[in-house]
Amino acid sequence: MSTGAIAVDGLTKVFNKNLVAVDHVNFSVKEGEIFGFLGPNGAGKTTTINMLITVLKPTEGNATVCGCDILKQPSEVRNCIGVVPQEYTADEDLTGLENIILCADLYGIPRETSKKRAAELLELVELTAFRDKQVATYSGGMRRRLELACGLINRPHVFFLDEPTLGLDVQTRAATWNYIKLLKKEYGMTIFMTTHYLEEADMLCDRVAIIDHGKIVAIGSPEELKQRLGGDIMTLSIQDNTVDISNLVEKVPRVKEVKKQDGIYRIKVEDGEETAPSIIEAIRTEGHKVTRLSLTRPTLDEVYLEYTGRSIREEEATKESFFSQRVAMRRARGGQR
Amino acid sequence: MTQSNNSKNPLHGLWALTNRELKKWYKNPFFLFMSIIQPIIWMGLFGKAMNLGAVFTNVSPNLPAGIPQQFQDIIKQSISDLSKQVLEDTFGTADYFSFMSVGILSFVVLFTTMFSGMSIVWDRRLGFLNKVLSTPVARGSILMSKVLSAVIRSLIQAAIVLSFAFLLGLTLGPDFTPLNLLGVFAALFLISLGLSSIFILIAIRSTRWETHMAVMNLLNLPLLFASNALFPISLMPDWLQAFAKVNPVTYATDATRQLLLYPINVQQLILDFTYLGVFAVVLTTIGILLSWRYLSK
Repeated sequence: MSTGAIAVDGLTKVFNKNLVAVDHVNFSVKEGEIFGFLGPNGAGKTTTINMLITVLKPTEGNATVCGCDILKQPSEVRNCIGVVPQEYTADEDLTGLENIILCADLYGIPRETSKKRAAELLELVELTAFRDKQVATYSGGMRRRLELACGLINRPHVFFLDEPTLGLDVQTRAATWNYIKLLKKEYGMTIFMTTHYLEEADMLCDRVAIIDHGKIVAIGSPEELKQRLGGDIMTLSIQDNTVDISNLVEKVPRVKEVKKQDGIYRIKVEDGEETAPSIIEAIRTEGHKVTRLSLTRPTLDEVYLEYTGRSIREEEATKESFFSQRVAMRRARGGQR
Repeated sequence: MTQSNNSKNPLHGLWALTNRELKKWYKNPFFLFMSIIQPIIWMGLFGKAMNLGAVFTNVSPNLPAGIPQQFQDIIKQSISDLSKQVLEDTFGTADYFSFMSVGILSFVVLFTTMFSGMSIVWDRRLGFLNKVLSTPVARGSILMSKVLSAVIRSLIQAAIVLSFAFLLGLTLGPDFTPLNLLGVFAALFLISLGLSSIFILIAIRSTRWETHMAVMNLLNLPLLFASNALFPISLMPDWLQAFAKVNPVTYATDATRQLLLYPINVQQLILDFTYLGVFAVVLTTIGILLSWRYLSK
């Protein structure tokens, strides 16, 4: 069958006959890559994940995960994936270890194996000291780590993370990224994650798909996506303000656009870091002196703005996601009930 | 990479999920205490406070003066005898406490199974259900784990309540042997299996616990009062009797009363068990089939 870890073909989900949550989505995820699904709340990220993890049946289309058909071979798919849902699903009344063993039992892993793996995973996410404490006493970051450990108990081939850092503070979020990187390094699996934190997608993902209103509007590595915006922005000024060097700069390869405003040149360039020296070189050969120069690379923020027409911060949460977000956040913050 | 699926027991995960529910219960002393003390309080309040026997036996009729003492005693005695007869005809035993405390066993099962549906509503709300659905656990096992834990809990609670009933003065019937206890728990097992299947089936579709609570509250009191658990159905109006006669709680209560209090009517007992057996098998099957369909949607 398919060579990739995930291959999605025209996947569609319609709720209540008229709400199109996911609209004929196509993409594929290569073995061993971290693939990010980026989009506002209600864009269809979780619905897509739920179809791929066989919790929801697609209205139309199909997909393969680990080479298995999600419609025809759901048990095979379930056996080869690990899932960390958006919510904190660990049972608060049980201890961390009990939770991991429960997950292992759900996969039918024999007790000797699961005990060994649980110890190993707890060590990895640094929860060994808290293994016999009730999860109700855990902090948000600890819970997240426990979820990661639970999701890995069956040594998944493809690991699904739905909003892995939702509701965590900045420090804990960064720590969680490190754990995800560490887990990937340790187990070398394919990771499919959804997020609406741009810096998270930028930091972690090899490739990103931006999804909006159930459709994929852009797909590529974070670098590529930024490039597609038209490259980096270089601003420079020269000593002699009376001459215009716009034509000169435009001739430099990979320069796309030059604008002069108040004596400052705004230059759109591809691969800014490599092109900048040749621009300076060209200016200097004509006998001008560069007095000031700066290079800004577009962030994923701008990419997102370009494709979805809105900034990620200004969107409104739907009622459902608002509730689950609130639950997740309350638990993340509180620790205690 | 992944283990083969074939070598696995199709029931794997069933006990793990059941045990998860039970752990929440027995590891939380407060919850455990509350779930046991509540039926005992009910038993004490209903059984002892509503002392129907005393209503008749403690009468001191205001007889006209001049009637000799010995006639007064005879009258009192005959009222007392008569009332005892009335009680026995109505409740099958002269002791309302015994009648009632056995009915409480069905009550315990009814209320314990009723709330078992709540946990599936929460599992859905908190995302645990989705996580379990993404694992290779059989869809039927997800429902059965809830049913089994409710059954185990209600049987343990019923056993504790029954022991308290003995301590508080439950009088056993003429045909009682310790073996009858097996029959008592078999009847309670069947009714709790059937009831928890219905309640969990209702719960599996609801996403809001408020809605689920409302449905439960609508169901529980009719199921309790339109049965013979607290009062014999022969004294109810016809329309209520019609309902009470299909109410499985009636059959479970009748079976347990026969085994504990009454002289055993074998034919009636066989009818009780057949009804309970069919009730349990049909509802559990429907529960598994529908949950399988609903959960794999």
